[in-house]
Formats: sequence, structure tokens, C-alpha cells
Amino acid sequence: MAQLTYRDAVRRGIAQEMRRDERVVLIGEDVAAAGGVFKTTPGLLEEFGPRRVLDAPISEQAILGAAMGAAMTGLRPIAEIMFSDFLAVCWDMVANEIAKTRYMTDGQVSLPLVIRTANGGGLRFGGQHSQSVENWAMAVPGLKVVLPATPADLIGLLAAAVRDPDPVLVLEPKALYPVRGEVPDGELLDTLGRARVLRTGGDATLVAVGAMVPRAVTAAERMAEQGVGCTVVDLRSLVPLDVRTLLDAVAGTGRLFTVEENPRLCGWGAEIASIVAEEAFPALRGPIVRITTPHIPLPSADTLEDLARPSVSRITDTVLKALG
Amino acid sequence: MTVDSTAGAPTTAPAHGSPADAGPPELVQLLTPEGERVDHPAYSLETTPEELRSIYRDLVLVRRFDSEATSLQRQGELGLWASLLGQEAAQVGSGRAMRPTDYAFPTYREHGVAWCKGVDPLNLLGMFRGVNHGGWDPNEKNFHLYTIVIGSQTLHATGYAMGITKDGADDAVIAYFGDGASSQGDVSEAFTFASVYQAPVVFFCQNNQWAISEPTEKQTRVPLYQRASGFGFPGVRVDGNDVLACLAVTRWALDHARTGQGPVLIEAFTYRMGAHTTSDDPTRYRIAEELESWKLKDPIERLKAYLVREGWADSAFLESVEAESEQLARRVREGVRTMPDPDPSSIFENVYAEGHALVDEEREGYLAYASSFVGAAAEITDGEDD
Ligand SMILES: Cc1ncc(C[n+]2csc(CCOP(=O)(O)OP(=O)(O)O)c2C)c(N)n1
Ligand SMILES: [Mg+2]
Repeated sequence: MAQLTYRDAVRRGIAQEMRRDERVVLIGEDVAAAGGVFKTTPGLLEEFGPRRVLDAPISEQAILGAAMGAAMTGLRPIAEIMFSDFLAVCWDMVANEIAKTRYMTDGQVSLPLVIRTANGGGLRFGGQHSQSVENWAMAVPGLKVVLPATPADLIGLLAAAVRDPDPVLVLEPKALYPVRGEVPDGELLDTLGRARVLRTGGDATLVAVGAMVPRAVTAAERMAEQGVGCTVVDLRSLVPLDVRTLLDAVAGTGRLFTVEENPRLCGWGAEIASIVAEEAFPALRGPIVRITTPHIPLPSADTLEDLARPSVSRITDTVLKALG
Repeated sequence: MTVDSTAGAPTTAPAHGSPADAGPPELVQLLTPEGERVDHPAYSLETTPEELRSIYRDLVLVRRFDSEATSLQRQGELGLWASLLGQEAAQVGSGRAMRPTDYAFPTYREHGVAWCKGVDPLNLLGMFRGVNHGGWDPNEKNFHLYTIVIGSQTLHATGYAMGITKDGADDAVIAYFGDGASSQGDVSEAFTFASVYQAPVVFFCQNNQWAISEPTEKQTRVPLYQRASGFGFPGVRVDGNDVLACLAVTRWALDHARTGQGPVLIEAFTYRMGAHTTSDDPTRYRIAEELESWKLKDPIERLKAYLVREGWADSAFLESVEAESEQLARRVREGVRTMPDPDPSSIFENVYAEGHALVDEEREGYLAYASSFVGAAAEITDGEDD
């Protein structure tokens, strides 16, 4: 067991897969010589050499387009897009090409590739470097979308993503890069599409992903001090989605709160709310409540960014108010 | 495809055709690093001593303001700063070549161009402090917002240039971008559009040799200015540390564009003397000797040497510029420290021209919530979390 930061876990996860399978290659801007602008990939160039760890020109379409072509030859590329906001620059590759290739070739062509990217706010980078794009991504049929919230989950889910036959987008919450967590020794391999129940309580179910997970947990701890018990579910993966765990958690409390970093309109919680309303309506004792960033571009001032993203206080106050 | 699993070899120098070689025949220069005024057959420049002193003043003030911003970031007053150190001549030369009605589309590093366009340095600092988005009116300054999604401003500049020709104006547009941005698809598409539509746009590439940690060799195998010929318009490489050459070439290019002859690509060959931004550490990826060799080509020292040798700048003048730069530094330092924090409810403004039911509802929810706290925002946001 070791204590690793999330950023060190990224490096360990990539190295684990590159050691295991020489078809795994890493490509991205500033990932090789500099070890990544978020210092998530130091030492990989030295260990695996310039043919497997590639510094790319600033051409996101080419990074993903070439990852697709390389995957067709049997490689298992891990392509880094520095900030998830820049997925917009290469969305054609994500939405039109990579995600649809299996379907349009009648299953003949697999694209076992991984797109890793730093997602979300918390670093005061403003509206074009802080977006939470999980809601863009989960709307694309053919693409899998995971958001590991701890160092151990990152390693296990990244490994699962690398070994998966379909393209997987791994969204790394950049606010969590410096956060430490326990990581077991040895190889880690997780399963895509399994949520985790982090604590249980009888009054409300909080569902979160990514950087909102630790906030939901802290909010639940605070509410517990006031005698309100919360179940907290970390979905970990939006596509595929662990509906079973979600419905069980809602059945146990009768109240559902989603904690979402994405802007409100069509955030992932809207889909969760829809599923729960359809499948578990009788279990609900009150309205489903979504706690989200407003429908605005993210500001860069610290006070404003803190105001926009769901905070522990906002989560706590919203839940307590709704429970009445 | 087979995989070469040979491990251990770090990235090596490119195998051929280093674009970092700034061979003399290609490089337009009017002022040598030693401050010697030289002629160029294609680009002449008439200057008065008065004008040269004014250029010198711009260079010094811009550098001083930039270094003050770096210090302010270190002191925690700014979230980030992208220093232009070393690129003053490229920016002031090209910036001064514009007429007031010519429009510029900058990257995040164009503080010297902003200066020439009359944007108050405090506006730039407000943006890097995070309290506003810059706050200048692009329409008034003819200077667009800093663009940080690499390369996209080259397309905006092209469209803007196409637009103004419809007005019958003889203005022109400059699109600023970097060597790294030259790899972005947007830039090639902008070249195509500008060429096909004969748009009055000058593509001004500051090749400062680095894109964060990646040297120019990672972006191109031919000198960047040569790319223009493939798109059917002229490309020129200019000594980016020579303010006079940058001024002369950009003036020529803008005239070429505004007289309906189409776009020009200028590659200003220069060097990023500092880190990419204050959150970068260049010692991780580049060698100190490179920096030392570029110190000898300093853009300000060479103009100063020329002015002094010609007897156009005495010590009283040089001291007055020095004093003015200290005054500017003091003004921005105090200005930044006393900048008001933004009004929290401002985050709901300007999402749409005429509001939006959801945003309006969210604003009201926020206001109601805020009024339930005495200390307002600070308590609501308790940014403890991560
Ligand atoms: C589309 C996109 N990809 C990546 C980045 C991250 N990034 C910011 S600056 C930069 C390097 C740009 O280098 P260059 O164009 O040479 O400009 P310089 O910083 O040297 O002025 C990169 C890769 C970005 N902002 N936008
Ligand atoms: Mg550069």
C-alpha cells in the first residue's frame, strides 16, 4: 500500500499498461520531454523511449485522428488532450469517426484506444480551460466515459480502458491532481461501469462523479453531525452506467440529489433523474434535486469560480432545505 | 505496424533540415545585434531620431511592465502571467506598423501589441488576476480579446478581413500566432481562406523557438515562412529582435494586404527568454546556453547602442525613460493591489443578449441564497474542498 497523488497515479497507471503490453503507446502535447504540463507523465519517455512516448505538434485533430489510424493497426494508443475543453477542437474525430467506426464497419474494425484529458474547474483557468465536458461526451453513442475520483480508481479504470475493445474517454478531474490516496501494491485492474457506494445513510442519496465526489462525501459527513444520514454513490463511469447500484441506493433513501460540475442544461444528472423517475418512481418520497454549476461559462476569479461550482456548503444547504 | 520497444533513448535532435537555422539570406534585418544600421534591398525604412526614441521608449516600458507582472504573479497578485520577455521588438515593431483602424487578433502573449493599440496594462493584469475578461472594448481599440485556444484567432482575423472589404475600407488585419500554433489545423485553414478570398490579413508568427516544452523542430521541418508559398502568398522571415525590420516588413505587408493583393505571412524569428508562463519551469526541457546566445541579440540593447552611437540619445533621455518605466511599474503595482473584486452576481451577466429563463432563475436563486448569509459570497463558497 502506498500513498500516491492522483497525478502520480496517472503515471503509474500508464506505466503499468505500457510494461504489460508493448502495443500501448502514449501521444500528446508536452507529454514526453517535459513529462506533461500537469506533471502526470514524467519518466515515461526515459523508460519507454521516443517511439512509444511521443510529443505531438499542437494538432488535436491529428492526435486523435492518428490514434484512430494507429489503433486500426493493432496498437493501443493512449492519446492525451491537454485540457478537455480542447476536445472541441477535435470533436469530429471523437463523435464522427472514433465512436462510430465499429458500428459503420459492421463490427469489423475495433478501436481500442483511450483518450485522457484534464477536466473541470478549480484551478482558476477560466471558461476555456475549466469546463466539465462529461455531458458532451456521454451523448455520443459508441464512446465510453469514465471519471475516476481517486488515485486507485484512476489506475484501475485506466487499465480497464486500455484493455477495453472500445474507445474510452478518461476524464481526470484536474482539481484532484495534487490529492493523495491509498493505492494497493501490484497491478490494478478495475471494471468499467461499476459504481461505488462510499457511505450509507437513510435520509438522502447523493450521486456524484469526479471532483464532486470528495465534496459530496464531506457534505454527507457534515450532515451526519446534524443527524441527517446520506448515502453517497460515486458513479465512476457514466457510460456504461451502473443503474443497479443507483436504483438500490435510491430505494434505500427515497430521495435523490445529483452533484454535478457540468453546467445545468443536459448535465449527466438529468439522465440519472430521468432513469430514476422512470424506474424507481414509487420509491421516491420527494422531488429529485440537481446541484450543478449554473448555465454559464466558468469565470476565472477564485471567488466567482467557487461560487459557480457546487461547494460543500451549497450541497449541504440544498439537501437540508429539500429534506425540510 | 511493428513496435520498436527499444527503451531508454531520450528525444534527440531532429535528423535533418533544422528550421532553427536562421541563415542570413532569408532573414530581413535592418539593425544588427551590435546596433549597426544596415540596408535591405527590399525593405527600406525612413525614420527620424524622434521616432526612434519613441520606439525605444515603447520597448523599455513594455519590458518593465512585463517584468512587474511577473513579480506580481510571484507575490500572489495574479493567477498567471505569460511573459513577452525577448519578444518586445516583434510586438512593438508590428504593433506600430498598424494604423489605428487596422485590427489585431492577439494570442495571450501580445502585451506589446496591446500597448501599441492603447490598451491599458491594467486591463491585461485584471484578466490575469481573474477579476475580469480584460475589460477593454475590442471595437474601440481594434484589438480583440486574448485568444487562448491555440490558433483559432487566425480564422477570426481572416473572417474579419473578409468582412471589412465589404465595407470598402482599406484597413487591414493582423493575426498573431506562435510557432506551435502553426501546427493547428485552424491556421492552415485560415491560410487557405485568406488566399482564396484575397483577404487583407497579415499572419504574424512569432517563432520564439518554443511551444511550452516543444522546440520548433517538433512542429515543422521547413522554415515556417516558407509555408506561405504553398498557399500562394508571400512569406518573409524577419529578425524578430530587430524592431526596425519588424516595423518595415509589417508595414509593407499591411500595405500589400490593404491594396487588395491578399495575405502575407511574416515569421518573426525571436526567442522566448522566459518560461512559457509563470507555472512552467523551462529548465526541465531546455539548455541554458541557448538562452545565453539569445541574450546577445537583445532587442532593446541594439536599438540603444544605435541611438547612443548616432548621438540621438543622451543620458538625460535614457534616464527619463528609465524613470518613466519605474513610474509605470508603480502604477500597475498599485493598480493591481487595489483592484476591486468582481460582483458575484456578475457571473450571470452576458450569457445571452436578452437573458435566458434558466440563467435568470439561477441568478435569483443565488441572490436569495446570498441574502441568507451576512458575509455573503465568502461563506457560500468556503473553497475548502479539494
Ligand atoms: C487548442 C489548444 N491546444 C493546446 C493548448 C495548450 N497550449 C497553450 S500555449 C501552447 C503552446 C503554444 O506555443 P506557440 O504557438 O509557439 O506560442 P507561444 O506560447 O510560444 O507564444 C499550448 C500547447 C491550447 N491552449 N489550445
Ligand atoms: Mg512559441
